[in-house]
Amino acid sequence: MKAIEAINVTKVYPNGVVANRNVNFSAAVGEIHAVVGENGAGKTTLMKILFGMEKPTSGEIRIFEKPAQLNSPHDAIALGVGMVHQHFMLVPSFTVAENIMLGIEPKKNLFSLDFKRMEQIISEYAKKVNFELPIWEKVMDLPVGVKQRVEIMKALIRGAKVLILDEPSSVLTPQEVNELFVVLKNLSQQGITIIFITHKLNEVKQIADRITIMREGRVVGTYRNEELTESQIVELMIGRKFEYDISRVKAVPGEPLLVVKNLNYFREDGAHILKNLSFVLRSGEILAIAGLEGNGQKELVEILTGLRENASGEMLVGGKNVLGAKPWQLRQLGISHIPDDRIEVGSALDMSVAENMISDRYDQQPFSGRVVYRKRSVIEFARRLIKEFSIRVKSPTTLVRMLSGGNMQKVVVARELTNEPKVVIANQPTHGIDVASSEFIRKKLLQMRDEGRGVLLVSTDLQEVLQIADRILVLYKGEIVAHLQNENLTETDLGFYMLGTKRQNPEELKELLTL
Amino acid sequence: MSNFFQNFIDPAFWYSVLRVSTPLLFAVMAALVSSISGSINIGIEGMMLMAAFWGNVVGAFVKNPWIGLVAGVASAMAMSLLLAFSHLKLRVNLVIAGVALNLFGSGFTVFMLFALTGEKGTSASLGSQPIPRLDIPLLRDIPFLGKVLNNHNALTYLALISIFLVDYLIRKTPLGMRMRAVGENPDAATSVGVSVLRVKYLSLLLSGVFAGFAGAFLSMGYVSWFARDMTSGRGFIALAAQALGGNSAILGALGALLFGIAEATGFTLQSLRIPSEITNMIPFILTLVVLIIYARTRVRSHSRIQKI
Repeated sequence: MKAIEAINVTKVYPNGVVANRNVNFSAAVGEIHAVVGENGAGKTTLMKILFGMEKPTSGEIRIFEKPAQLNSPHDAIALGVGMVHQHFMLVPSFTVAENIMLGIEPKKNLFSLDFKRMEQIISEYAKKVNFELPIWEKVMDLPVGVKQRVEIMKALIRGAKVLILDEPSSVLTPQEVNELFVVLKNLSQQGITIIFITHKLNEVKQIADRITIMREGRVVGTYRNEELTESQIVELMIGRKFEYDISRVKAVPGEPLLVVKNLNYFREDGAHILKNLSFVLRSGEILAIAGLEGNGQKELVEILTGLRENASGEMLVGGKNVLGAKPWQLRQLGISHIPDDRIEVGSALDMSVAENMISDRYDQQPFSGRVVYRKRSVIEFARRLIKEFSIRVKSPTTLVRMLSGGNMQKVVVARELTNEPKVVIANQPTHGIDVASSEFIRKKLLQMRDEGRGVLLVSTDLQEVLQIADRILVLYKGEIVAHLQNENLTETDLGFYMLGTKRQNPEELKELLTL
Repeated sequence: MSNFFQNFIDPAFWYSVLRVSTPLLFAVMAALVSSISGSINIGIEGMMLMAAFWGNVVGAFVKNPWIGLVAGVASAMAMSLLLAFSHLKLRVNLVIAGVALNLFGSGFTVFMLFALTGEKGTSASLGSQPIPRLDIPLLRDIPFLGKVLNNHNALTYLALISIFLVDYLIRKTPLGMRMRAVGENPDAATSVGVSVLRVKYLSLLLSGVFAGFAGAFLSMGYVSWFARDMTSGRGFIALAAQALGGNSAILGALGALLFGIAEATGFTLQSLRIPSEITNMIPFILTLVVLIIYARTRVRSHSRIQKI
């Protein structure tokens, strides 16, 4: 039996963008169904239509083989469809129980909340679907993986039989992904249909029963998992043969560009986040900092780019200690920064692509005249970058908000790589974007290296690290626990260090400053 | 100077603290119920003025303070509906709408005062119908406390009770929970089918009710006439006091009492021949200090929420 079905669905947005063309999609009861495709392929739109957030321009939705009119998510919820969004819809200061029961609060009498009953309802249900939740903890104190489970529970307790997850693994650490998959498998065994969007094909292979591939608003096909290999999926996604052809010639490291000595950082609450870090980044190399999220990478990047204060130690650029300098001062020294969060930090959503591209050099020639800025040269410059970085956008004056994740990231990358940087600090530069854009950005970083610049790549994506890095440092609980040359390394090798089960001895690490 | 310190052990001083705190307590509750669902009600001042005017005038015309009270509260609610409508439906910036409401309240009451009495200063010529004071038998006999707590205006007792009502509403009822959710993450509320619009309308309307009581007390209890701009910044001081207490009704009320103490101290200093121009500044200087503290904590709590 089909749990949910889209028949001949077309969606044209008011601005003329066709997001879905004659899409046919169906998921059977109790299956785990992955939806893959490049950014802008129409996956998210299709999910929004199935959840009632968008109305299709034409076509029909059926839920449990009955035609459904979905005017809002409430209609979808009432028919047993739930969705877990990429950005969690939780109230940070509320407890887990309050978040789950918001809107369907049990009452003791006419006026009062019945907290006991809340607990009862949730723990009964949690037992039924077999997963644990810290009911009385505040959501803001919970790790991301648990927050996601709260979201899942929110949907289930409202009677969801079909669960749609929008890139559920993109915010999780590998362990959390595994936990999530256990939960999802378990739910599907109980007859709940799981539909999830993802960019990570190894996950698709690992857990999906069937796979629907989308490209340019159309469904390319729906396949059983065993019918396809990962590279076949990629080919279907991008519509041509795809080569992982990032060839890397051996690095020719030159003079040191960035030297970090004995860097220590304590957070406001006293936690020792970075412990005595020392390393050298040379020209013409890519130095990767690998590690699971939350081991100090975020703080390290923010300190090196001047966004976080109160670290101790030394950060030498051109022989001078610049620790504690302002972000603009560091930029003047030739340090550019691709942040991990393109939405909050990397770009100004409500400004145009062109404006975002010059946001670090708006006051320089040729963009700034004596009094006002020179619009024409800005637009010209943006046109050039759009072409050079093959950004898919109608015009340089389009707002960045309108772009898909991959294109948005390319705007940020275009800005950061074109200001003649000496050092590029790239934090998760391909996080959550499609394969083709990822490869493009990685190639650009390699190109920067070959031009004799230094690239500090901070990434939790091991494939990426192994693909382009020359040397790899592994960060575990704020310490460098391994320093490896990227020769004949495997993900498993790195994994042991990342999980803290293995570490190099101090002698091996000593050479860090001399290399 | 010893005179000055003796004041603080004088029950009359604390009695007057409660008296001057009454409008602030109501106004703080007005600020709290709106800000908790994410709308800062700048218009409390204007709502209070309106309620003070209509409470006093209607009371005087029908010769019944209670009907006056109802009229005053109703007028403040009408103002809050206007604010809610222009903010939530017409999407006017909340601060601008609130400021407009304050200007309107100030001008309109003077205009109506002139139209009804021919005067532009006060409504004293209409005669007055104050809300009665309550003499509570048991309370009266407690030493010290009796002198502090007994024989207040009925609205003062209502103000004290409303602290606990609001506290209960916010922490223990489904509506309060939804108000908090809407204030903190409207998307979360929407995602579970809670109507953000409805909750915000209700919050602002309730805010109007409390602002109404605050204003009515001024012209029917604190004094027994309406005077132009008689709220003299209390609506704003209440916003500061609420900020001091965050989302807690109890802490907000303590903030109101703090300002009440400052005001009462000002009166005491006046009796010591310190010019009233200086003593009148005390609550406002305190407001500034409090707002600086507020801004600092805001920055911190904001950055914490951002990490989500």
